[in-house]
Amino acid sequence: MTQYFIRRVLTLIPTLLVISLVVFAVLELSPSDPVGNLPLTIPEETRAKIREAMGANDPFLVKYVKWLQQFLINEPLNLIEKTTGAQFPGSEERLRIISWQTRSPIIDLVFERIPQTLWVVGTAYLCAILIAIPIGVLSAYKQYSWFDQIGTFLSVVGYSVPTFFMGLLFVIIFSVRLKWFPSVYDTTHVVTDFDSFIHQIRQIMMPVMVLTLFFTAQMSRFTRSAMLENLSQDYVRTARSKGLNERSVVIRHALRNSLIPVVTLVALGIPQIFQGAIITEQIFRVNGLGQLLILAVQGGDLPTVQTLTFIFALLIVIFNLVADLLYAVLDPRIAYN
Amino acid sequence: MKIFNLRIVSVMLLLLAFVGAFGLVSAQEDTLNILYWQAPSTLNFYLAGGTKEIDASSLVLEPLARYNEQGEMIPWLVEEIPTVENGGVSEDLTQITWKITPGITWSDGTPLTADDVIFTWQYCTDEATGCSYLEKFDDIVSIEAPDPNTVVITFGVPKPFPYNAFVGQESSILQKAQFEGCVGVAAQGCTDQNFNPIGTGPYVVEEFRANDVITFVANENYREEGKPYFKRVVFKGGGDAESAARAVLETGEADYAWNLQIAPEILNSMASAGLGEVLVAFGTSVERIHLNQTNPDPALGDMRSVWVEDGSNAHPFLTDPVVWQAMSKAIDRGLISSQLYGAAGQPTCNVLPAPPMYASTNNDDCLVQDIPGAIAMLDEAGIVDSDGDGIREYNGIPMRILYQTSTNAVRQSTQALIKQWWSEIGIEAELKNVDAAVFFGGDPASPDTYGKFYADVEMFTNNFAGTDPESYMAQFQCSSISGPENNFLGSNLGRWCNPEYDALVAEMAQTAGVEARAAVAIRMNELIVQSGALIPLVHRGDVSARSNTLEGVLMNAWDAEPWNIADWTRAS
Repeated sequence: MTQYFIRRVLTLIPTLLVISLVVFAVLELSPSDPVGNLPLTIPEETRAKIREAMGANDPFLVKYVKWLQQFLINEPLNLIEKTTGAQFPGSEERLRIISWQTRSPIIDLVFERIPQTLWVVGTAYLCAILIAIPIGVLSAYKQYSWFDQIGTFLSVVGYSVPTFFMGLLFVIIFSVRLKWFPSVYDTTHVVTDFDSFIHQIRQIMMPVMVLTLFFTAQMSRFTRSAMLENLSQDYVRTARSKGLNERSVVIRHALRNSLIPVVTLVALGIPQIFQGAIITEQIFRVNGLGQLLILAVQGGDLPTVQTLTFIFALLIVIFNLVADLLYAVLDPRIAYN
Repeated sequence: MKIFNLRIVSVMLLLLAFVGAFGLVSAQEDTLNILYWQAPSTLNFYLAGGTKEIDASSLVLEPLARYNEQGEMIPWLVEEIPTVENGGVSEDLTQITWKITPGITWSDGTPLTADDVIFTWQYCTDEATGCSYLEKFDDIVSIEAPDPNTVVITFGVPKPFPYNAFVGQESSILQKAQFEGCVGVAAQGCTDQNFNPIGTGPYVVEEFRANDVITFVANENYREEGKPYFKRVVFKGGGDAESAARAVLETGEADYAWNLQIAPEILNSMASAGLGEVLVAFGTSVERIHLNQTNPDPALGDMRSVWVEDGSNAHPFLTDPVVWQAMSKAIDRGLISSQLYGAAGQPTCNVLPAPPMYASTNNDDCLVQDIPGAIAMLDEAGIVDSDGDGIREYNGIPMRILYQTSTNAVRQSTQALIKQWWSEIGIEAELKNVDAAVFFGGDPASPDTYGKFYADVEMFTNNFAGTDPESYMAQFQCSSISGPENNFLGSNLGRWCNPEYDALVAEMAQTAGVEARAAVAIRMNELIVQSGALIPLVHRGDVSARSNTLEGVLMNAWDAEPWNIADWTRAS
């Protein structure tokens, strides 16, 4: 098991290098102009000077190596300095990866946006887990009952109806008609006491509802099929014949075993949280990581797109490893050697 | 099991009602909520150059003089506008003297001096800074400060209109003490200064989150007593124009929303809710179709859309007056502007629509659509459809054109309408749209930019800042033609060359006096429009919305929209 772990971690490194090269190359070769969105009133000589100043004219390999150095060495150092207050030599002249749009370090932008992404998408994911598992269990236990049929219907609806439609519908109902929830998310709001906590709940309520519906649809179906598989197993019949009550049989025996694949699905879905829900963030002005990526793509801000894409790829690779390891830990039948 | 889940469901519903019942959402008394759905990415507009950055910075940074909502130049940080009459401008038009009003301080308490003005010029004109508004400081040879409140600018050539530098938000004053170490290459790295500039304006930056939200607080050292009314401003960005309009006009969460480019029916139905008012101001924006004077045939390879002086690479038929006049006649500008732009558009036949003294009335016959007339013109000239496919031939060449523009719902609707009208007169148009960032970008490798013009006609909007059209009209000179020498980034996109026009450009550069300049500008407009350089369509206005509880707003198309935010108050 430890051998497996070490092997996997070692394979991570070339994998990530290849991903970084592909991400970097694909985006570098795209016909994007960093000064493209500037107003027409700016004459061409000025644009050329701006491009030069942003380092857009260096050759490919130079840019790639500089980027790698900035990303793998400089930014982690900056991160450590920021969080622990320690000072490494040369911190003043250290090259940062600068966004073309804001001319500020990208890592700072990322950290500014993580709180709102976690509040909204993280909460939605958590709620989805809490709702999906009971629904899945009950749907499997009472297969083909009215509960199951309704559950199936809602899952299909939640999965197929686009989030922008749902979001808009909720805004019209809850913000315009009922005036219960704000449609503009206040990112500067800090939770200090009960009142501010309630305000925070109010402003995340609508985006959370939209996203929970979407996540629940996926997870409840998966839980249901895992449960169905386990409920028909022999050990469940043994448990019942031992005289255990139904509740015990379902939760302590069947559910625990069906949770194994569900937990790995949940672990694989965690990078999704960080990617943010791009459309939902746009609708409610949550301005998290998803919006940052979209703005960077539209504005031709290559460094930001490259950095964000690589961060997401990194998270996916890491959580893949976590899911695989969890699977081995939870299921004693699995052995990696 | 059932009860267990019913419990969850009922708890959630209760929670929903509980939280919702905590009261209605409403705007706060002394905080101003502004929505700019394209969020500013920096407050130092010199490095960014977008309208959103300029407008956001106007709460903090100010110029010496600016334009009010009527388009008049008014003194802002100075006592009066210097002119030849009051001695502020030298007789030979090479020097202008600005006198800063005494007693103005920066928000940190230090006095505003002429040194700050000179520093701003040095900052922007340093080549390595990458300043977006370099042309505001054109022709300036030196700037001196004989005393702390006097700025003397000397030009290298006589400038009949010397009011470019330091007039209008696009050349506001930066504090020398703050930006001293940020000139040249260092400009990009000065994140702190770029995000939290110190200014003379009514507000101070409290927190800046790029592309998200900016919070401002009132400037304690503001020069006017008792102003600004609002102690706090939240400048929020993100989302789209529709939800911004909804937040002001339907839910009442915001007080002001900018740039509401939405379909007219939707905007009007939102406005009917009665919570707010839609504001429209017309500047100089004209949506127009440029006619390619050169040949964009792909078979020409490198010579595609390249202008040759002897006229050998001219377009096969678009340069013929009969053709483009018929194409212009077939368009119903009134329909386009009323259906697609609503209150934010007026049909126009001029490339220079405003201010009123520059607007010509000699071309207004184009306002009436006349398809039978267009057909008659083409028939009379012998340009007919000889093979029965519905497309006319010009000297044997079928009149098929490629019509390109940027990706934008209103533009695509305009294209569809115009394609229909042109097909009725026998010209077939193929429609193409390109993502705005690519279309307006300057990448020499991309074949889809508006500078490359690898199409027969292209449509977009252009405008200019301030009220003087000299540099804007100079775009159409022969020397500005977009081609391989300037990486297809010249400002004369249509490759239109007319020596008579070049002479007018030279004349304008030497004409002083507003009436005389207006006369030259009108003659330039006539030449462009009457010789087929482009087909003007719609004079576009800026559209914003304000809540009915917000007073004092004077919608301004000539300068930053929040230009008089110090005067905005909450209705009692």
